[in-house]
Amino acid sequence: MSHSTADKLVKMANQIGMFFAAQRHSDAVAGTAEHLKKFWDPRMRAGIIAHVEHGGEGLDKVPLEAVLKLAGK
Amino acid sequence: MSLVKETDYGTPASKSEKEVTLTIDGVSVTVPEGTSIMRAAMEVGTEIPKLCATDSLKAFGSCRLCVVEIDGRYGTPASCTTPVLPGMSVHTQTPRLKAIRRGVMELYISDHPLDCLTCAANGDCELQTMAGAVGLRDVRYGYDGANHVFARSRKDGAANFEWMPKDESNPYFTYDPSKCIVCNRCVRACEETQGTFALTIDGRGFDSRVSPGMAEAFMESECVSCGACVQACPTATLTEKSVIAIGQPEHSEVTTCAYCGVGCTFKAEMRGEEIVRMVPWKDGKANHGHSCIKGRFAYGYALHKERVTTPMIRDKATDPWRVVSWEEAIAFAADRFKKIIETHGKRSVGVITSSRCSNEETYLVQKLTRAGFGNNNTDTCARVCHSPTGYGLNQAFGTSAGTQDFDSVDDSDVILVIGANPTDAHPVFGSRMKKRLREGAKLIVVDPRRIDLVRSPHIEANHHLALKPGTNVAIVTSLAHVIVKEGLVNEAFVRERCDWDEFQDWAAFVSDDRNSPEEVEKLSGVPAEDIRAAARLYATGGRAAIYYGLGVTEHSQGSTTVMAIANLAMATGNLGRRGVGVNPLRGQNNVQGSCDMGSFPHELPGYRHVSNDAVREAFEQAWGVTLDNEPGLRIPNMFDAAIAGEFRGLYCQGEDILQSDPDTKHVSRALEAMDCVIVQDLFLNETANYAHVFLPGASFLEKDGTFTNAERRIQRIRKVMSPKNGYGDWEITQMLAKAFGLDWNYTHPSEIMDEIARLTPTFKNVSYEKLEKDGSVQWPCNDAAPEGMPIMHIEGFTRGKGKFVITEYVPTDEKTGPRFPLLLTTGRILSQYNVGAQTRRTENSRWHEEDVLEIHPHDAELRGVRDGDWVRIASRAGEITLHAKVTDRVAPGVVYTTFHHPLSQANVVTTDNSDWATNCPEYKVTAVQISPSNGPTEWQEQYREMAENARRVAAE
Repeated sequence: MSHSTADKLVKMANQIGMFFAAQRHSDAVAGTAEHLKKFWDPRMRAGIIAHVEHGGEGLDKVPLEAVLKLAGK
Repeated sequence: MSLVKETDYGTPASKSEKEVTLTIDGVSVTVPEGTSIMRAAMEVGTEIPKLCATDSLKAFGSCRLCVVEIDGRYGTPASCTTPVLPGMSVHTQTPRLKAIRRGVMELYISDHPLDCLTCAANGDCELQTMAGAVGLRDVRYGYDGANHVFARSRKDGAANFEWMPKDESNPYFTYDPSKCIVCNRCVRACEETQGTFALTIDGRGFDSRVSPGMAEAFMESECVSCGACVQACPTATLTEKSVIAIGQPEHSEVTTCAYCGVGCTFKAEMRGEEIVRMVPWKDGKANHGHSCIKGRFAYGYALHKERVTTPMIRDKATDPWRVVSWEEAIAFAADRFKKIIETHGKRSVGVITSSRCSNEETYLVQKLTRAGFGNNNTDTCARVCHSPTGYGLNQAFGTSAGTQDFDSVDDSDVILVIGANPTDAHPVFGSRMKKRLREGAKLIVVDPRRIDLVRSPHIEANHHLALKPGTNVAIVTSLAHVIVKEGLVNEAFVRERCDWDEFQDWAAFVSDDRNSPEEVEKLSGVPAEDIRAAARLYATGGRAAIYYGLGVTEHSQGSTTVMAIANLAMATGNLGRRGVGVNPLRGQNNVQGSCDMGSFPHELPGYRHVSNDAVREAFEQAWGVTLDNEPGLRIPNMFDAAIAGEFRGLYCQGEDILQSDPDTKHVSRALEAMDCVIVQDLFLNETANYAHVFLPGASFLEKDGTFTNAERRIQRIRKVMSPKNGYGDWEITQMLAKAFGLDWNYTHPSEIMDEIARLTPTFKNVSYEKLEKDGSVQWPCNDAAPEGMPIMHIEGFTRGKGKFVITEYVPTDEKTGPRFPLLLTTGRILSQYNVGAQTRRTENSRWHEEDVLEIHPHDAELRGVRDGDWVRIASRAGEITLHAKVTDRVAPGVVYTTFHHPLSQANVVTTDNSDWATNCPEYKVTAVQISPSNGPTEWQEQYREMAENARRVAAE
């Protein structure tokens, strides 16, 4: 079971994105970004932002946009 | 100090609201209709002699000692079985009654040993007391006739076949048949209180004997050793071995059990500082005088020889331990942490508490990291059990807690149990639930395994949905599908209490064909008809309550299932009154409390987010520091950060993360990567193998504090003996805090609770004074609810409108395939508790000496595995070896084990998958392969060697 840190963050972000993508009453990207902000330690957020800056491999659409939103882009 | 004595009213209280007035011995008394004469008499202080009656059991009327005379009635009716009537005039003491009672006592005593002076019950024997009460002076029949007392005839020495030797098979109590008066109290306690039906009366008349199972020894019978029979016994027939060894107690204190989330209260009965026995407290509102084997008997760990009572330190975790003074240990720990912070920044250290710690202890530990280290890296073991409950229920209702008190189950018509095994893991509440089921409530069990509730004596589930592990969301959503499609929604409730737009979105979602029972059958393995029938019963069977456990939360979609459960309750209007609700059964005694106390890295006490400026300012003002407004690391994130080199110091109080967290090898790598691990515990637990500082902790018998149980009930733990290690755990945290320059000066845990109450709106009116006065209180306890709140959301939800959340099923990544074709799920057993640090150090191990792997006969045969064989369990994470138990309790394709023993290391095979919202690990689903094996794996052998090495202590 060896995941690199980035792999793990991507997997977790995708899981979160899947939940919010299913909601019909709220914005999936905003929900995902809010969740990351409320529950992820700043280093984890920095980690996923850095991953996105390097192409964001493996990230689904909703979490990808959410991370961009977090990064202020 | 003296013994806490509860009044025994003889028969249970009547719940009738109608009152009846009568006279007893010329005194007028008014009691609820349905009350017995015996109880009515006791209400005015008249104790009618009795032997077979006690107020925890229904009246039985066999001993004939409690007879009374009633004006205008013939005969001498038993006062226990005769209800009061208006205007009745009762006489409890007349010449006729006196003669009857003496006659009855004479018969009892003619078949009872007269060894009162050397008897263990001397000083606590109801038979002796009653002999005194009725004025017994002589036994005219003598002792030479037929009897159960003597092994040989007193006349001619011939063998007496009526005599039976003592049964000492149970490690905690003895059964001495020669002292039995066949009052049936033990048999009735086993049936009515515990619900196990292990005891019966064998034979008739003079041959009547108490019989465990089919006249077996207690240990060989179905007995679960809850001790209800021992407590009910009026003589020394069933007696705690500790009482036989020590003698009668002279004082007692009421305290709270340190095991599961039921939170039973006990009288710790003492002689000096020696504990004689634990007796469940009748006035305890969580347990009403009942207990299980753990709470009543398994306290011996607190005095176990392996307990470490002196601080120890070492430079490297591979060095032997060095015994040092408290001052040196605290200075060493503080120095290392300061160096780490200097070099790697303030977010490079953190804390983890156990949910076995008290509210005051967990509060102080999170305060230490927030105010002392300047970060929010605080977590508690609720992370790995009920964090999805906190998230899910907060989303749906606005409160991270269960909605009911335990008593609510008495009013339930339908009980839906999902992923919980109350008779093993929450036994005292399990007994309450079984009692209600015997009264006729209907039961639905959703569990991959055939737990005892599915079918056991006098209990049978109406529906058992034996789903494939990992398909909870699909099943619960499918139940909702049936409810919506068949028009069973309580629309009035939803319109009034919930957000109607969100409900409509949700209703459209669940109605989709992919959520239909027929579709869900394909992935869950549960027949569609069973899903439909269960949904109809839940929605239409009357008051319906949901109880759930870690089988819900410990999944990649744990939080989603919690919200799906909340949806179900809202859609059917099953909230806000007695008998209904959403009830998480918390694993440990203080899971609720440790979460309430701000132990999570994103929340300050009272579930308020760290980014909330107003809340942070209140704490900043009170603590005189600036607080970090960013969430900290959760337990699994700490491990990842440690391996990445960013998290290097951990203060771990009472929690054995190495054994209890998933993917053991990942955890050990994380611990090895840290510069300073401080473990505070009773024992050198598995985590301590990787520690640099060991701070010996105090047991729950050695300190003051409070625990908050699964029904939000705050209860006291009280110190009954001096801490063997010298300090209560709150004092140790305070010493550490002082070494970090924090000016803490608490002199008693009550001052910590006062601070919590000042800073936390839901705890505003909680104080030790209030707990002393009322015994317990269920939060919220503030000006709006000064006496606390047994049932929540009565008028409306805390968050305003109830929130329906869409619960799309997402299969876990942990899938079966050719390499790993079986699904492993894990659980607990009655006699052991979590990592077993406590129960393994008691005689409870006699019931469960090792973890075994349950496997279905079909899967076993395919692999050539026989019952009792060693088998290897391999997953993507690792492999271990256990003995196999071939049983059809698990379905084909599913295997099951417990995780109580460190050498079996069940968590070597569990993976690092986790709940999407909270990172709660997915313990309940691991794809594995099983194959025959010769013995422990190389890892298990290596670990055993490493652990022995790590526990070395250097000679002075």
